[in-house]
Amino acid sequence: MSDQTDFNSNNDNDVVVSVRIRVARNLAGFPFTGRASDSQRQEVLQMVTHAPLGGAFPDGLAWVNMTQASAQERQLLVERHLVSKHFAQSTLPRALGLGHSEQLGVMVNEEDHLRIQSIFPGFRLNEAFDLARSFDQALEETVDFAFHQRWGYLTACPTNVGCGIRLGAMLHLPALRYSGEIERVKRAAKDLHLAVRGYYGEGTDAIGNFYQVSNQVTLGASEEELLQHFRDEVIPKLIDYERTARQMLLEKNRPLIEDKVYRARATLKVARLLGAEEATKLLSTLRFGISSGLLHNLSIECVEQLLLQVQPAHLAQIDPFAAEEEKGRLSRAILVRRALGDYAEGNPEI
Amino acid sequence: MVHEVVIQNGNKMELHLCAEHAAAKGYILPTVPVTQILKQFAATGKSLKAQKAAARCCEACGLTFAEFRQTGRFGCATCYDSFMPSVAAIIERAQSGAVSHRGRTPKRIEGQADRAAVRRQLIKEIESAVAAEQYERAASLQGRLHQMGAEKKPPTEPTT
Repeated sequence: MSDQTDFNSNNDNDVVVSVRIRVARNLAGFPFTGRASDSQRQEVLQMVTHAPLGGAFPDGLAWVNMTQASAQERQLLVERHLVSKHFAQSTLPRALGLGHSEQLGVMVNEEDHLRIQSIFPGFRLNEAFDLARSFDQALEETVDFAFHQRWGYLTACPTNVGCGIRLGAMLHLPALRYSGEIERVKRAAKDLHLAVRGYYGEGTDAIGNFYQVSNQVTLGASEEELLQHFRDEVIPKLIDYERTARQMLLEKNRPLIEDKVYRARATLKVARLLGAEEATKLLSTLRFGISSGLLHNLSIECVEQLLLQVQPAHLAQIDPFAAEEEKGRLSRAILVRRALGDYAEGNPEI
Repeated sequence: MVHEVVIQNGNKMELHLCAEHAAAKGYILPTVPVTQILKQFAATGKSLKAQKAAARCCEACGLTFAEFRQTGRFGCATCYDSFMPSVAAIIERAQSGAVSHRGRTPKRIEGQADRAAVRRQLIKEIESAVAAEQYERAASLQGRLHQMGAEKKPPTEPTT
């Protein structure tokens, strides 16, 4: 991917948290979800959930009926980035299909009848692309997608028409943020026809300096051309910007960065009450410390896992009492201290 | 950035604008959200012709163009044909000037694609663009027409 080796680690995961491919499709012969009647939406659900998928998906998908899922379960899916907030909050008949150890998610009756998503950790864009495409093709063997000779695959919003494919990467860009370069990078990204969004997508904040970057143009280029451009030009460029900013910060302002990282570690090790947002920000700083070589006895994978576990719905899975906010703050602090090795049962002083 | 070449009375004039100045001069930049593009469309729609356009509705799902402008979402596949030629202008703006699909075609219609109809439509739009002195757009459409001529039908997969 990139020639720089100083910060290079597994799948460029010092900067690339995960990648996502999202394909929008609609069934031919039905109005799009927003215009369809409930019985038509039910019919779309039936057709998709019962479609044979062939040899590539011998076990099919595990389907979650979203209208029967609890608020906490829906929130859990949002925290895992498997569904959009809009989809989680919708009241329409809808379902989520999961496969390949949750690397594949299929939303039925989102804004389009189908939103096929594949998510992989690190910069494994080819694998994500292949998985989404293989599901798309397997389904197309048995159902007809709305297609136009000139505009390609048709979608409810004209910004998705054509290939209907969006390639996205969740990037960790703390050094660009600390150095004040992030706004310049955002402008450059716009010139490259990229959308830069927050932690949970459109309209959300970049909590913990996590940014979702994705292509905005889906028409006029083949799927492979879009993939190649995103994989070989766009993301490597952003990775290089962040790595250069990290090197510059460490060369020019090492005490400041060390202070941020070690304070974050100390806070996480001693805090008795932790909010989800505070924990996310502090863990983000730890992640930065690890990938910059300042912290050694901790792995990025461990921090990634904690980043998920400290989110409210995930925490409530571990500790049912944590659903209540104040108890959640207590429970989150214990979880983090335990994971960082500074928690001992019966020793409240630690 | 906006680069435009204007040829007027045989004189060629080049215009180079940064994003801010281009926006100030009323150019719609490629990354502008579709809803904003549609609002600009609405702002110009004060003529009788534009009012008629807003009242047009899709023959299949009944969505009016005014409703589309409000939400930025089509109601069904037929809307794409019902609201031509406005659709072409909106898509091209939202998609950074791209004028047609170049990606995969569903297996079921491979080889049946009515490429001649798409070519005829592109030629018609090139003529309109030239008449309106939109030379950059005309060149983009011309480029796509050439590409279509050069594109070969993808080989069909062997059946087992």
